[in-house]
Amino acid sequence: MDNNRTLGQRLDDFYGLEQQLSSEETQIRDAVRRFVDAEVRPHAGEWWQAGTFPTDLIPKLAELGVFGPTLPEQYGGLELSPIAYGLMMQELERGDSGLRSFASVQSGLAMYAIYRYGSEEQKTRYLPEMARGHIIGCFGLTEPDAGSDPAAMRSVAKSVPGGVKITGVKRWITNGNLAKIAIVWAKDDTGTIRGYIVRTDAMGFAAKHITTKASMRMSVTSELYLDEVFVPEDHILPLSRGLGSPLGCLTQARYGIAWGTVGAALDCLNEAALYAKSRIAFGKPIAATQLIQERLVDMLSLTVDMQLKALQLGRLYETGVMRYPHVSLAKRDNARAALVVARMAREILGGNGISVDYGPIRHMANLETVDTYEGTYEVHTLIVGRDLVEENAF
Amino acid sequence: MKILVMVKQVPDTATRIRVGGDGASIASDGIKWVINPYDEFAIEEALQIRERLHGEVVVVSVGPQRVEEAIRQTLAMGVDRGVHVKTDVALDSYQAAAALAAVARQETFDLILTGKQAVDDDAAQVGPLMSVLLEVPQVTVVLKLSINPDTQRLIAERELEGAIEVVELPYPAVITAQRGLNEPRYPTLPNIMKAKKKEIRVELLESLGIDVVPKVRITALTEPPARPVAKILTGDPLEAAEQLVNLLHHEAKVL
Ligand SMILES: Cc1cc2nc3c(=O)[nH]c(=O)nc-3n(C[C@H](O)[C@H](O)[C@H](O)COP(=O)(O)OP(=O)(O)OC[C@H]3O[C@@H](n4cnc5c(N)ncnc54)[C@H](O)[C@@H]3O)c2cc1C
Repeated sequence: MDNNRTLGQRLDDFYGLEQQLSSEETQIRDAVRRFVDAEVRPHAGEWWQAGTFPTDLIPKLAELGVFGPTLPEQYGGLELSPIAYGLMMQELERGDSGLRSFASVQSGLAMYAIYRYGSEEQKTRYLPEMARGHIIGCFGLTEPDAGSDPAAMRSVAKSVPGGVKITGVKRWITNGNLAKIAIVWAKDDTGTIRGYIVRTDAMGFAAKHITTKASMRMSVTSELYLDEVFVPEDHILPLSRGLGSPLGCLTQARYGIAWGTVGAALDCLNEAALYAKSRIAFGKPIAATQLIQERLVDMLSLTVDMQLKALQLGRLYETGVMRYPHVSLAKRDNARAALVVARMAREILGGNGISVDYGPIRHMANLETVDTYEGTYEVHTLIVGRDLVEENAF
Repeated sequence: MKILVMVKQVPDTATRIRVGGDGASIASDGIKWVINPYDEFAIEEALQIRERLHGEVVVVSVGPQRVEEAIRQTLAMGVDRGVHVKTDVALDSYQAAAALAAVARQETFDLILTGKQAVDDDAAQVGPLMSVLLEVPQVTVVLKLSINPDTQRLIAERELEGAIEVVELPYPAVITAQRGLNEPRYPTLPNIMKAKKKEIRVELLESLGIDVVPKVRITALTEPPARPVAKILTGDPLEAAEQLVNLLHHEAKVL
């Protein structure tokens, strides 16, 4: 039956998972894919090399509906199912991991933090504006000396009349220089971690663009400096309390990564297979050699594993039984598998694989970040390990 | 303005078609089904007319269960509601036109829009047959359409070989769309989400009271002969040119 489908269809859906998706889910996937094909793919290499995020796309992305799509309509959302959201992340990351990061941070981290831990007033004030892309948010958890171990953070929020004053440094903050608001996590007078909505134009707040990245170059990453930044009482996230709060947001974003990485792998697989069919060496297409076929099949196999994991994770989510170790396993394995697929694709493209005129090396470099952020491979290993044997090895 | 758009679900043109086991139909496994591309121009035109003149756009499609997906896709483009004439039987052009005309009579309409032909059987019959059955005027292969609701008349531009013909007619009427009429829109995510709440009325073919005996029966389908392997001439340009002339003369016999 596979005979009458195009190469792209065969690669994207080798295991017939498409049949498990609703028509609405495939339409949403296709709508995002069309957008990315038209607006992002032709320029991705160029933007990446220049180290710029295409801010012109923000209104178009908002119109497409990628900001806070799972939230209720009253907050500007579309009430998308987790699987539809996952497919959206897949298609954004097929374009570039930086594009997916932009959307992930806006939706899964910043908007979700307000939705989950915010007051009704905060939600109605910020979420619809964020869905429209008028307000971009960032999420400041990591610090120069606290990444995998965020409980070691040094940022403090000292009580003052009418609110708090935050002092601290956050590093590696996606969208830091694009954001109007930062969700900053800091310890209060009692040492409890809480979330704060900080306006980036507030006195004492500064963001510095990190320009030395050799990965995720299309995404803006910043260092945030907070020097006694005053945050009024009504901008403290009232329901946030303890490390569990930022981790709750991370679970959302990690779910998106489990799907997004499938897109990066599919893009690499497609590029490699097409290239192998058309590149002639020793008088025949390299696709007609056993070694290249083995490599392509290995890539396909890893990608199918990723798809199965992402889809099952989506089902666990939709049926309300998803636990964070489930998400950790999928984030860990899919980020790593996508990295392996991207490397193999890079190799199949030979010298051309070294150029950002082709996707694989860009994906490969990006995926080094994806493997590290939102919990490194090791951190997720320890989360799943602890869940498995009930021993804490951190 | 009430506009009916008649839509057919066809195999994606990118799909490689194979003849089925019975030798008279196509193998349906592995096929990706899409909205007939010419019908997309009809849908877009209907939506644009509604944006200008208000009213309702209703899509009607005949076919098995899978057709519901095509209807949902039109709802996601912005169509108001759908009618699905359900049948598992493959219909000929006349039967399809009769079924669609029966729905059109139930629904009533100011305009019927559809593609100039469906890309699966290329018959280009359904639009014209509907106009005959409904006893309304028709214009086919339309490139441009303007409507004057005050005089209840249409002006349509049609594509002819090497010329554009401009015609004027009263409506209700049947219009078949040509590529170039407009640029069909893509569904947006909010519309995809809204589409699931829109109504699709299901009508069984049997309940429409039309003649179910086909007038035309497909007796055989064969695949086109396999294209011979292309010859690539390499080497010295002078020699290659000589070889080419030789081949054109002796093998292709065009010189
Ligand atoms: C491009 C980019 C964007 C980012 N965006 C954001 C953002 O928007 N918001 C945000 O808050 N953060 C962001 N981050 C930060 C990211 O989440 C952290 O870099 C990550 O959590 C790792 O922390 P770290 O860099 O401090 O590494 P460390 O925690 O110092 O880890 C160094 C190494 O040690 C390993 N390790 C640590 N502890 C253990 C252990 N117990 N056992 C075994 N191995 C261990 C780690 O796995 C890693 O390999 C971003 C990072 C990058 C690169």
